[in-house]
Amino acid sequence: MFRRILIANRGEIACRVIATCRRLGVETVAVYSDADAGSAHVAAADAAVHIGGPAPADSYLRGDAIIAAAHATGAQAIHPGYGFLSENPDFVAAVAAAGLVFIGPSADAIRAMGLKDAAKALMAEAGVPVVPGYHGANQDPEHLAGAADAIGYPVLIKAVAGGGGKGMRTVARPADFAAALASARAEARTAFGNDAVLVEKYVEKPRHIELQIFGDGTHAVHLFERDCSLQRRHQKVIEEAPAPGMPAGMRKAMGAAAVRAAEAIGYSGAGTVEFIVDASDGLREDRFWFMEMNTRLQVEHPVTEAITGVDLVEWQLRVASGEPLPRRQEELSIDGHAFEARLYAEDVPAGFLPATGRLAHLAFAPGVRADSGVRPGDTISPWYDPMIAKVIVHGPTRAIALARLADALARTEVAGTVTNLAFLGALARHPGFAAGDVDTGLIARDLEALTHAPAANGPALALAALGAAGLAQGGAADTGFTLWSALRRRVTVAEAGTPHEAVIEAEAPGRFTVEIAGTRHACRHDGAGWWVDGVRAPGRLLAGPSGVHLFGAVPQHFTVPDPLARGGTEAAAALVCAPMPGLVRAVFVAAGDTVALGDRLAVFEAMKMEHTLTAAREGRVAEVLVAEGTQVEAGAPLIRLEEADPA
Amino acid sequence: MAVLTSTAAPGSEAFRANRAAHLAALAEVSQAAEWAAAGGGDAARARHEARGKMAPRERVAGLLDPGSPFLEVGATAAHGMYDGAAPCAGVIAGIGRVHGAEVMVVANDATVKGGTYYPMTVKKHLRAQEIAEANRLPCVYLVDSGGANLPNQDEVFPDRDHFGRIFYNQARMSAAGIAQIAVVMGSCTAGGAYVPAMSDVTVIVREQGTIFLAGPPLVKAATGEVVTAEDLGGGDVHTRLSGVADYLAEDDAHALALAREALRHLNRATPTHPALATPEPPAYDPDDILGVVPADLRTPYDIREVIARVVDGSRLDEFKPRFGETLVTGFAHIEGMPVGIIANNGVLFSESAVKGAHFIELCSQRRIPLVFLQNITGFMVGRRYENEGIARHGAKMVTAVATTAVPKITMLVGGSFGAGNYGMSGRAYSPRFLWTWPNSRIGVMGGAQAAGVLATVRRDAMERAGKTWSAEEEEAFKRPTVEMFERQSHPLHASARLWDDGIIDPRKTRTVLALSLRAALNAPIEETRFGVFRM
Repeated sequence: MFRRILIANRGEIACRVIATCRRLGVETVAVYSDADAGSAHVAAADAAVHIGGPAPADSYLRGDAIIAAAHATGAQAIHPGYGFLSENPDFVAAVAAAGLVFIGPSADAIRAMGLKDAAKALMAEAGVPVVPGYHGANQDPEHLAGAADAIGYPVLIKAVAGGGGKGMRTVARPADFAAALASARAEARTAFGNDAVLVEKYVEKPRHIELQIFGDGTHAVHLFERDCSLQRRHQKVIEEAPAPGMPAGMRKAMGAAAVRAAEAIGYSGAGTVEFIVDASDGLREDRFWFMEMNTRLQVEHPVTEAITGVDLVEWQLRVASGEPLPRRQEELSIDGHAFEARLYAEDVPAGFLPATGRLAHLAFAPGVRADSGVRPGDTISPWYDPMIAKVIVHGPTRAIALARLADALARTEVAGTVTNLAFLGALARHPGFAAGDVDTGLIARDLEALTHAPAANGPALALAALGAAGLAQGGAADTGFTLWSALRRRVTVAEAGTPHEAVIEAEAPGRFTVEIAGTRHACRHDGAGWWVDGVRAPGRLLAGPSGVHLFGAVPQHFTVPDPLARGGTEAAAALVCAPMPGLVRAVFVAAGDTVALGDRLAVFEAMKMEHTLTAAREGRVAEVLVAEGTQVEAGAPLIRLEEADPA
Repeated sequence: MAVLTSTAAPGSEAFRANRAAHLAALAEVSQAAEWAAAGGGDAARARHEARGKMAPRERVAGLLDPGSPFLEVGATAAHGMYDGAAPCAGVIAGIGRVHGAEVMVVANDATVKGGTYYPMTVKKHLRAQEIAEANRLPCVYLVDSGGANLPNQDEVFPDRDHFGRIFYNQARMSAAGIAQIAVVMGSCTAGGAYVPAMSDVTVIVREQGTIFLAGPPLVKAATGEVVTAEDLGGGDVHTRLSGVADYLAEDDAHALALAREALRHLNRATPTHPALATPEPPAYDPDDILGVVPADLRTPYDIREVIARVVDGSRLDEFKPRFGETLVTGFAHIEGMPVGIIANNGVLFSESAVKGAHFIELCSQRRIPLVFLQNITGFMVGRRYENEGIARHGAKMVTAVATTAVPKITMLVGGSFGAGNYGMSGRAYSPRFLWTWPNSRIGVMGGAQAAGVLATVRRDAMERAGKTWSAEEEEAFKRPTVEMFERQSHPLHASARLWDDGIIDPRKTRTVLALSLRAALNAPIEETRFGVFRM
């Protein structure tokens, strides 16, 4: 076993790897960018080396700096985590050349799987079923459109070098092909520096089922499947293992295919073979096709760990240090069911835009595995993936595990940024999902219901008012004390911009009457939390600079209007502001231009995604406040509109 | 420290009877307080609110931190006076917290005769200022008043402790670094105009607050000039042209927010705190005070039963427990704040008085605030006691009480009669606060004793004149005196006249003392210089 390793990553995966290292007595070296100097993974590691600026290209993608850091700290091996350099064969080769061990597959194995078209050809040769498609080198748009016609619509355009849904477009009709291709290419160019794409059959009721494999360079075993069908725009949201409704025969067939794929390229370490499954007739042995192989540890690996009892990072370290595969295939079995939900700083109502913010509060349900790279007080920066945590639950049956997931999410508390927590909770309670009737289109079909934010009811507003009044903890013994009748205190809280007025009267320590819209609610605080009209509050009440939070199955957030702030809203309406921190890629208008509702004003790039900013009203451009190529913070004014001259 | 042991039997007949009697007395006071809090009544309040104004008590609530306690002063002031025309004396006063720090709030109630100043209004306003000055509490005046109540002008204008003293106090407090902040939320006419003008910082509400020496009718009468109130002295004028006010608010809520903002920038030094302990509730339930204290003032009981329901952990380090036993003295904490407790446990003898003086010396030297639990019929009388010099010993205690520099807080828990009132820090001895229970009685002596004295004098005179006086005649002679004393010694009568700072629910004693102490600790505790003790 290694004495000391370097982790060439950040965030939750760096923390995750460090945790196993600590258990195995392996010392850890973290690397960090300027933006991560005070972050959790740096604090958790035994040593840490600064490797550059906040942009990934200036730090986490700098293989030379990372290798130098390993040498400087005496690390014997490098764990790449996922993303960044984890599937970069040149880096793997450089690590080996530097006399260090890369904890993962060989450069050749990564190369073999890195280009999707070549990988498919290779798999087809090895007898692994593949999806019909065009994976050729001819990237002429007309040729690709012809290939799409041959495959039959709908088709999927994917970046050859892609991953994580970037540079991917679904095309339903031939007429849309050209625009989708251009857009996919642009995104691929930004994300991967390679705009080559492939075109393949788009499966109608597709399920995304992937096999966890583990190889020693010659032989491989599989650790069963994960179902990652709950996706939103090809981004996984909730993963589970095993796949619901998986027949034993199909599991065996898919496992054998995955092992064949791994052994065909002499795979070493942890990897994932992704299949697309046509679930329109249930799961059938002849309806799965190889999609791609991810030559790294996956984000969703904890669900496999939960059902197999295997620590995959431990296996990575043991195999990389020369030990044989810790278990044979027949020694592996499935115990119960597991789910993982990805908690992100995201603005769901605004279309799941990545968000930033300082985590004023962060807490997870006790006893639940939450893999996180941030702590209370840490900041979700615009530089990296805005993941807050992965919440992982396990239960003897799928139904119990799913109920535990819903409960764990209801007890998860985040303040200081917007999150997708309510959305995850809604998914965990979705009847179709509960029935195991999943496919990758589920979220898109039910998006409205899943993202519906019900307005707060009287009891919730009553608690929000108490929070706004600084009484979230019930107050001290003398709170609201009066000699005789209670004082009536007016408090205003706003939910989604709608103000609600409340009148609070303190009755006794920890007891209040709160009047909302003419209804009086009896509120009581004790060791168990808040009770309103005799009913226990759904979760904890927390108030701070970020507003008032009422946690629970449907977490609610309220703002407290500043009594000193008066007027000044008209000017804001005429401003087009940055929806999140990012880069102003292009500006299409200049001062004096007349714009109509919906006109494109600018393209804004954030989190490697391009967002088009459109005019929310008609008018004339009074001023362009930023230059193309400027990096701006969320809410920064970009363009000012004014009333167009009367015709 | 020793934990006090209660011998109370909550299930007993006496306990229940005591409780019932106290609750009845409490109900009477509670009713009076509610009546006072309602101000000028529903119709006046509806008119007030129709003008877009907040109710006076909501203004107070809006100024204070949402969770702040409000220690009201004079909650039943003017009760039964002026034919009931001035509930709460037309002004709300009390201590609350803004940004966590204590402030004194004085808020006119314009629903009570336009917020005009009756004699008791003036007295209450001045008492609030006196508390603020003694405890160095910033003052916030929520002004909405027509000035002096003209029919009572001779009792509100000319004397030392009349209207003019308000502005004198403002100037003196401002000079002492005690912030004076005015929020003009309504009229502020004539002499009243000086409240905002004399303040350090003044907020005024647009088209609602007015400040002028003479209103439009008087201007027209004097010079013929016709002008609206807003043009004469409205918020816009005073914040833009005259400079009489500093901040213009859109409405009451905005004005209160601006006043809170002004209080944020006082740069007040953190008050000097004595060594604080971790607060701990009493071991005995304060609620049981109603059961352990006899309903009849004449029934003796152990005052430690009360102390056990007031101090932290019911712990009292009793000083000199075996000497002068009719006065209980000892060290304790209330909500973590150290206090010296001085409590009556019977009539004062020479020993008890000397012990009291000794204990006050100790607390003064150590800068420990004093809490007096007063239930005293007086000093012991009789030849033996006079001859041993009880007046001399009593004088020692009175001297100590009068000259100590530590904050004194007096709680009248029973009788307050005769010189006992002096030795136990009665109103004349300027305790920082003086609170009373509904069962308390105050007078130079008891009604029966007074009637007896008068009857003895009369009987002697009649006997000298050779007349006879039947028992029935004597009883008839005594009755009016007994009744007068009974009426005048009642706490509602006393509190109406601000002989104290208010009647409280005995179950709230601990919290009231704690809030009083916290307020008192806003002022540094100076070194004591005692007077000459007659030895």
